[in-house]
Amino acid sequence: MQRRDFLKLLAAGSALGLFPELAKAGEAQGRVVIVGGGYAGATTAKYLRLWGGSALEIILVEKNTTFVSCPMSNLVLGGSKRIGELTFNYSGLDAYGIKRLHEMVTGIDPERRKIMVESGDELTYDRLVLAPGVDFLWDKLPMLALPEAQERIPHAWKAGPQTVNLRKQLEAMPDGGVFAISIPLAPYRCPPGPYERASQVAYYLKQHKPKSKVLVLDANPEIVSKKGLFTKAWADLYPGMIEYRPNSAVTEVDVQRRIAKTEFEAVKADVLNVIPPQSAGGIAKSIGAANVNERWCEVDFLTYESKRVPNVHILGDSVSAALPKSAHIATSQAKVCASAIAALLSGQATDPQPVFANTCYSYVTDKLAMHVANVYRYDAVKQVMLPAEGGGVSDKPSEMEGNYAQWWAKNIWSDVLS
Amino acid sequence: MKNIFLGVAALFGVANFAVAADGNVSSHIRILAASCAACHGHDGNSVGGTPVLAGLDPNYFIAQMQAFRDGSRGATVMQHHAKGLTPEETDLLAKYFAAQPRKTPATPMPLGDLM
Repeated sequence: MQRRDFLKLLAAGSALGLFPELAKAGEAQGRVVIVGGGYAGATTAKYLRLWGGSALEIILVEKNTTFVSCPMSNLVLGGSKRIGELTFNYSGLDAYGIKRLHEMVTGIDPERRKIMVESGDELTYDRLVLAPGVDFLWDKLPMLALPEAQERIPHAWKAGPQTVNLRKQLEAMPDGGVFAISIPLAPYRCPPGPYERASQVAYYLKQHKPKSKVLVLDANPEIVSKKGLFTKAWADLYPGMIEYRPNSAVTEVDVQRRIAKTEFEAVKADVLNVIPPQSAGGIAKSIGAANVNERWCEVDFLTYESKRVPNVHILGDSVSAALPKSAHIATSQAKVCASAIAALLSGQATDPQPVFANTCYSYVTDKLAMHVANVYRYDAVKQVMLPAEGGGVSDKPSEMEGNYAQWWAKNIWSDVLS
Repeated sequence: MKNIFLGVAALFGVANFAVAADGNVSSHIRILAASCAACHGHDGNSVGGTPVLAGLDPNYFIAQMQAFRDGSRGATVMQHHAKGLTPEETDLLAKYFAAQPRKTPATPMPLGDLM
């Protein structure tokens, strides 16, 4: 929607008093502004309508007009998916009466409860939801701060053009070349993602450039997620191809020559993929909500309201939690938050002990996948979400799980976007 | 006597999850059920690949969850989820999904070849 039309619509809604007219007794009323249309933000918008009723005004502010799924995007590198298969628009949310504004947010005034967008307009809110995903800490790797440097040394940790760029670099790489991937210290978005990526690149190289190497430079002391499964899969499927180096934080990059430097060595690569250290999205940091190591946001796990900034709720990868930064967790948090905001705006009680699930698949070939799955339960004493009994990982990667993972994607896309 | 009181209190505590004061499904169960959507679709109407939970017989649902828990039904991920829930939550999820109408879920169209 064009900005002018959007503002007209807002004005029409309030001038005619359309929304309050629709309110039934005990129904939630007010305006909720959601910043960020990823898994968490889009889910919040939809479920606020489902659970908050028709009187609530729901505005989704997202700078991009398309949604590109990070889950499954490593398969674009392996060659079994195209980025277009993971790309959607937001029109499915229109049926829920969610207003969309595709603009960049430039500032938030929590005192006056309003946000400012790039065009100079302002939007007031009763409740603000920030679901900005992660930001990259370029100050740790300043040589990669410029867009031109990121063209040459892609992160591909936000799916889209960066993913396609990395795939093209792999296609152009000579047989016998070296692909090096740098993994930051946890926590970062998608704990098993870097290891899935190494597997997908090896899958591509084994077929097309079998003399090549995959070098994994991991800042962590060991594989962060599904360690046994990845170690065995690499030995079984890609013997001699993937070399894993723990405690290898990349501290410097020679962009032109594609050299990554760690405390111990300098590694020359033909294709270099540096996944930078991460923090909560900058918009959350800008209002002082990232109070944990100045990187992540502490929230109340019953409502996802910031512990620092009242009336502002924070979701997804930006949250400081003993929860994996996964798409499924982002949607589960969004549902707790939507339910809580609907309750808060209608004077009702929130769920005192939320419970939700996480299922996360990783592919090691085009067809073989493996999972980690857990139920998470609110601990009333510690006031955090903790894993329940019974969680765990696959015995081994399988085609059956590869098939389930495809349907996981189709089901979650349907739930979030339509 | 004290034990009986505690038992009754526990029962009421559980019952509070079933229905909210206004007669609707409690927020606890609706949030938990919604969390199943990643694999089983919105309100249990799976797009495909996993069982449709909407409209499922509640006794069948409970028996399957028990079978996942004790290993008598083999599974890839469901044993992890079944073991993480209380028996009360399992019962209430069964009732929740049984009450959902079966329908064809909407799916977003990938922009695909446009790109």
